[in-house]
Amino acid sequence: MSQAHRPNMEGKYKWIGTRPDRPDGADKVTGRARFGADFNLPGQLIGKVLRSPHAHAVIKSIDASKALALNGVKAVITAQDFPDQANLIVPTGEMQVNMRDITRNIMAREKALYEGHPVAAVAAVSEAIAKQALALIKVDYKVMPHVIDVADAMKPNAPILHDHLLTEGANPPATKPSNIAKRIEFKKGDAKAGFAQAEVVIEKDYTTQAVHQGYIEPHATLASAAEDGQIQVWSTTQGHFQVRGFCARLLGIETSQIRVTPTEIGGGFGGKTVVYLEPLAMRLSQKSGKPVKMTMAREDVFRASGPAPGGNVKVKIGATRDGKIVAAECIVEMQAGAFPGSPVGPACMCSFACYDIENIYIEGFDVVSNRPKVAAYRAPGAPISAWAVESTMDILAQRLKMDPIDLRLKNAAKAGTKTAYGVTFNTIGMVETLQAVKDSEHYKSPVKPGWGRGVAAGFWFNIGADSSAASHVGEDGSVTVISGNPDIGGSRASLALMAAEELGVDYNRVRPIIADTASIGFNFVTGGSRVTFATGLAVVNSVRDMIRELKVRAAKIWKIDPEAVIWEGGMAKPAGNQVGSFEPLSLADIAAQAGRTGGPINGHAQLNVTGAGPGFGVHCVDLKVDEDTGCVTVGRYTAAQDVGTAIHPSYVEGQLQGGAVQGVGWALNEEYIYNAKGRLDNPGFLDYRMPVASDLPKIETILVEVPNPQHPYGVRGVGEVPIVPPLAAVGNAVARATGVRMTDLPLSPPRLSEALDAARPRRMAAE
Amino acid sequence: MAKIHVNTTINGAPTEFLCDANQTLLDVLRDNLGLTGSKEGCGSGDCGACSVMVDGRLVCSCLVLAPEAAGAKIETIEGMADGDKLHPLQKKFVEMAALQCGICTPGFLIAAKALLEKHANPTEEEVRYWLAGNLCRCTGYDKIVTAVLDVAAEMRESAR
Repeated sequence: MSQAHRPNMEGKYKWIGTRPDRPDGADKVTGRARFGADFNLPGQLIGKVLRSPHAHAVIKSIDASKALALNGVKAVITAQDFPDQANLIVPTGEMQVNMRDITRNIMAREKALYEGHPVAAVAAVSEAIAKQALALIKVDYKVMPHVIDVADAMKPNAPILHDHLLTEGANPPATKPSNIAKRIEFKKGDAKAGFAQAEVVIEKDYTTQAVHQGYIEPHATLASAAEDGQIQVWSTTQGHFQVRGFCARLLGIETSQIRVTPTEIGGGFGGKTVVYLEPLAMRLSQKSGKPVKMTMAREDVFRASGPAPGGNVKVKIGATRDGKIVAAECIVEMQAGAFPGSPVGPACMCSFACYDIENIYIEGFDVVSNRPKVAAYRAPGAPISAWAVESTMDILAQRLKMDPIDLRLKNAAKAGTKTAYGVTFNTIGMVETLQAVKDSEHYKSPVKPGWGRGVAAGFWFNIGADSSAASHVGEDGSVTVISGNPDIGGSRASLALMAAEELGVDYNRVRPIIADTASIGFNFVTGGSRVTFATGLAVVNSVRDMIRELKVRAAKIWKIDPEAVIWEGGMAKPAGNQVGSFEPLSLADIAAQAGRTGGPINGHAQLNVTGAGPGFGVHCVDLKVDEDTGCVTVGRYTAAQDVGTAIHPSYVEGQLQGGAVQGVGWALNEEYIYNAKGRLDNPGFLDYRMPVASDLPKIETILVEVPNPQHPYGVRGVGEVPIVPPLAAVGNAVARATGVRMTDLPLSPPRLSEALDAARPRRMAAE
Repeated sequence: MAKIHVNTTINGAPTEFLCDANQTLLDVLRDNLGLTGSKEGCGSGDCGACSVMVDGRLVCSCLVLAPEAAGAKIETIEGMADGDKLHPLQKKFVEMAALQCGICTPGFLIAAKALLEKHANPTEEEVRYWLAGNLCRCTGYDKIVTAVLDVAAEMRESAR
């Protein structure tokens, strides 16, 4: 099904680009792999959270005396059990969080700001007793007027969530508190002058709803605090170093007192880059002197863990009649949830990044409302602006009677294109990716009568950041590679492939291990599509460090200069005949003599990785719409992307397929539905409808390999780009199938059938 | 409240446990018996991560009360491999990268095995509908469906 364009790759590598079994495969198909909720300790208590039933309420008092008196209850905590925090921004994955806000998000302090906001937690000898105890905690609330919708929250008379919140970046400067946390702006050229040259201008408003990352594994943690202040934590997280860092601050202790072991992680997609249960379990364990296990019910996951925001986006694109875009404008208002910090920045920056446009104006607003605080979700923010921009591009193509790929090719970003946010692109693959879809059998095939075909593009930066790695040679010459990023989708395999390639040994002789926070140096989160790129580079460098040592040892054995030894095909060899005549030494040969040549043979690397290669995706979908029900059937889907070098192509394809399907769900069905009381009406998988196998066709992939020149193996991040194009690809196909242009997501059956009904007189007249 | 004493068979082994009347089979498997291969994704029968076989029927163990296991034959993911030999579906899932995070994998494998025991020659559509009770958020289902179809073909071939 998958096609790979690898013009310069064939025969270049021995291991990279192959598809071996993943190192953790057997564990994961036998039930042996241990995920968050699979860890237990003798004598553990069960922790449970009491959550606010109100969307917005002042907490006047909390009386836990009856709960504490219940037999079997060992500890109760509230916000008073955590020190208050300064107004201090710290990075988390691709988002920023404020410590003052995060301590209020894990446990409401002055006010409950959304339904499901934790207000207290208990630890008891059983889940049943913990639940009983929650019912005995008396919280005296003063219910306040709430606001859910972003446009409503921006109104001057809206209920205010935070009395201290003055709009950052407001022009003129803000003097009164509002729900607009921040205003940002990006400019290139002169948009006004650009629009004056335009012969065609398309302008439209779009909306998207909040959606959840939808990982199948709910949040879970186990914490064990000892009497000497040391705490051990097991957590399902995308970043155990992040858990350690946040919890140290939240509890007011040193990072060295916390040891976090990452469990296997059952999906995250950005949503497991923050902490919810971990600090509560740790505090409950400190207070009770017992290990405390906590898990979220699915309902809690929906109500109180990071959804991705919804947003309102206004887009204006101006072009000449030949399809050259001369000006573009985008205004994004985005839900942050109860605390500031939506991904409005990346939404703005990505909006027109696919295109080389002279004149651009982009403005964004970060808006708080009585919803759970948003968390990162795969290319945070980008799908929302892409929904609007790529829909507008399709309208422009229709207006100009141009092929939608040709319109994009005419305006595509390439090496040297300067983005609206100031970066000039190095080697990128936007043109190659568009061309790959244009040349695909799918795109060349005729569209079936009654069906529609939609195309859309998408962009994501990808990141590098901090990684550490170590490599060890065992006494028999086999190799352990140690790094510190939870493996969320096959990264152990790609790290081992790069190590095997570098070292020149068999992939199966390299064992990749993910170490806890005390057993390897700092690693930034598994996020930003960074692991194979950045941690991969750390692994490559640690192996190079080890090879340097292996050459020293070979030189010692041969009694020659280390400079006269080369490493080739997994062997130490003399650099040439003039050095002397020696039989090559394998890893095993050198390892066997390690004790006599200087002891253990290890390599280490630690770096702040820069030079992440951005990625571009182009998706093409064929679908039909049932005229009566508004139900969409997706019949064919192709996802193409410039993936740098595909280290393990199966897992790269998997990223494209999984991201595309998440995007299809976002486009067609997924949404947070709030009732008039500000309570979530659909906190379960039955009513929050994620795609199932029978909703979908095969997802065809085209891997366009445009290597990243800033990585030894050309790696680009690939995980996030694939969720950016599908929203508009689906919307564009619906527009072409029905003649009805939808601007508000999701395109669910009720919404679509209503739009089709409304358009029926016009559509009949047109026929 | 007095516990209920249950005698059952799990993965071929006679097993007994004590449970509360309101405990689910999933909770007993995971918490009482340490069989954590069955996963809880929702607790409401919507995700299929806790799929097990009870007397040859595919069920969500989060929707079965533990006392109902009395006298039944339960099959879980822990019993799928034959000694150190993986079931063809387990082998194929690894080979074809039909899992990413792996949390839904035990449920998919149990459900897919149940399908192939009923229908040796399913169409792609049948596989997709049979597996529609199992949620996967990582893979987009593509490689899972392909793996199941491949195993079905191989099993038909070797049965000849």
